[in-house]
Amino acid sequence: MKKDIILCGVGGQGILSIATVIGEAATEAGLNLKQAEVHGMSQRGGDVQSNLRLSTENIYSDLIPQGGTDVVISMEPMEALRYLPYLSKTGTIVTSSKPFINIPNYPEEAALMAELDSMPSVVKLDIESVAKDAGNARGANMVLLGMAAPFIEILTVEQLRKAIAVIFARKGEAVVEANLKAFDAGVAASNQQ
Amino acid sequence: MKQLLLGDEAIALGAINAGLSGVYAYPGTPSTEITEFIQTNKVARERGIHSRWCTNEKTAMEAALGMSYAGKRALVCMKHVGMNVCADAFVNSAITGVNGGLIVLAADDPSMHSSQNEQDSRFYGKFALIPVFEPSNQQEAYDMVSSAFELSESMKVPVLLRIVTRLAHSRAAVDVGELNNENALNPSTDQWVLLPGIARKKYVDLLGKQAEFEKASETSAYNKKETAGQKVGIIACGIGYNYVKENVGDNADILKISQYPLSPKAIKAFAAEHESILVVEDGQPVVEEAIAGMVGADYPIKGRLTGDLPRTGELTPDCVAKALGKPAGPAFDNAKNLAGRPPQLCQGCGHRDVYTALNEVLATYPDYRVFGDIGCYTLGALPPFKALSSCVDMGASITMAKGAADAGLFPAVAIIGDSTFTHSGMTGLLDAVNDKSNITVVISDNLTTGMTGGQDSAGTNKFEAICLGLGVEPEHVRVVVPLPKNMPEITRILKEEIEYNGVSVIIPRRECIQTAARHARERQKAKEANK
Repeated sequence: MKKDIILCGVGGQGILSIATVIGEAATEAGLNLKQAEVHGMSQRGGDVQSNLRLSTENIYSDLIPQGGTDVVISMEPMEALRYLPYLSKTGTIVTSSKPFINIPNYPEEAALMAELDSMPSVVKLDIESVAKDAGNARGANMVLLGMAAPFIEILTVEQLRKAIAVIFARKGEAVVEANLKAFDAGVAASNQQ
Repeated sequence: MKQLLLGDEAIALGAINAGLSGVYAYPGTPSTEITEFIQTNKVARERGIHSRWCTNEKTAMEAALGMSYAGKRALVCMKHVGMNVCADAFVNSAITGVNGGLIVLAADDPSMHSSQNEQDSRFYGKFALIPVFEPSNQQEAYDMVSSAFELSESMKVPVLLRIVTRLAHSRAAVDVGELNNENALNPSTDQWVLLPGIARKKYVDLLGKQAEFEKASETSAYNKKETAGQKVGIIACGIGYNYVKENVGDNADILKISQYPLSPKAIKAFAAEHESILVVEDGQPVVEEAIAGMVGADYPIKGRLTGDLPRTGELTPDCVAKALGKPAGPAFDNAKNLAGRPPQLCQGCGHRDVYTALNEVLATYPDYRVFGDIGCYTLGALPPFKALSSCVDMGASITMAKGAADAGLFPAVAIIGDSTFTHSGMTGLLDAVNDKSNITVVISDNLTTGMTGGQDSAGTNKFEAICLGLGVEPEHVRVVVPLPKNMPEITRILKEEIEYNGVSVIIPRRECIQTAARHARERQKAKEANK
């Protein structure tokens, strides 16, 4: 079994924390993993992405081929659309519904949402509001990971929860709890859609 | 024990475990994380392994050569264009030879994710006549450091380790070996004085080693042949191997190359076993060109030169699939509601205030030009500022402004960051001072090397002294604080210094907001720890 995931968003939105949690869970589960990240220039408010490949078999390429991505996990709706050519015809988009507008030519929002909705499998949510409601305004990325959790399949929701506890343990029990709460809110929202 | 590591981190840990005594580097994407890993590694700290940033790649290369001379293992790390900066020392280190193992790590950036060109460092290896290692994955990256140190010490030459962005910045599990001791201090007793008479002899020695280097490539565990009875033979170099395997699995005839120089014997034998060869290599067509001279003019070779693979840009599983004749699978088209999102200067960044002021003042001159340099502030070339006319290489802002001023251009303004100024700007400023060139130099000092993630900058707290020492007149070294509220003062000073016929230096100084936030967090942490 293998799962190819693209994590994306705008520099500074915290996609690498999501990658770190999935990476920890995958390592703990004994899966093979490759995770290509973007460092350097593009982190300054530009588009960022990470190719995350999980498999029970050997993985060669660090990059996912076009049409091969099982799940696109995006912190921003337009950024989700950027990777359409890489999405599998049977793949799923899990995205924040709230545009992050830091460019003058951002597309018209209604048209953008209509295009997203026209895709075969989409889960979208205002992750920032959900995070706020869960009492963790900075936990939007964990809400998003929770939303994506049911689609990652090669890892269980419980394995991802455990990984969150490990990754944030350094920052104390309160931070772990807050992130788990955000994650759980994401899982619940995903199951409702 | 398995550890999840970036390619860069695998190299760093491989070096520490191989008994490294010093890493010498200037930050540059995608190589920066190697030195950063060593700086924060517990063993490296306990051992006192040198890891402080150097002023530029040339000082790094020379210091590493000095450590090698003294008998210890040294690593020099840089991005590909850093090889140009250290080329004099690098090429001549092959002539002097080494004592302690010396690895030169060049991180190439095909597709120019964070660079101004996509030069292939393997050319430098061939140019300097030394062995080159090119890992295909993170495990090989780890293992090769130890192999490269051993080869360097047994052959008495530096070894080039060439990686690309996709390996440097991709994570995978790495089987980590044991920690080895450092070499003892054991200074060379050989003569490293490259006077012509000695250099001629040493050059002949180096040429004499080439056959041994080829033999090392032939017997290298990193080079291997896979046979499946196909007519087309694929030569797959470095991470090119992964894209071939991704597409065809075990159903291909592959000559995997991860150690150079190429062995003509191995290439000729592989060609004889096949009807044609496809060369899959990331970067420039180095191997494709080289093997044409080995297999005969009529032998069909495909690759980047023939258009079977794109001439520019990094390899992808998709372009390799196409070169292998594999039909593309079903995929969605590009989205319609999509706009580019280029990187930009942070909100609140001091460089923004510098450009706002510069643009306001320069708008009053008909024929001004601003010569830029390399760093975050290069983003001032993009909207909304559109302030720059050039950005070429580290330090070129000052020297290009000087040359343009020599030609009569006015106002000729240079803008350069603090770290770039100490890297390669100081010598150009001395030229300008000696010539009394009519230029205005803006050293936009944010107290850090910002673009690569906020590493310490070599000249912090020394800029006024450096400028005065180089001979800039004291009344024309001006310091301002780039904040919107100071705009009247900054624009007035800029105007005065542009109008001054000679060299003037304006230093807008305010800490990078990213490092300022980090430092505030660190102070807070320290405060809590002291409670």
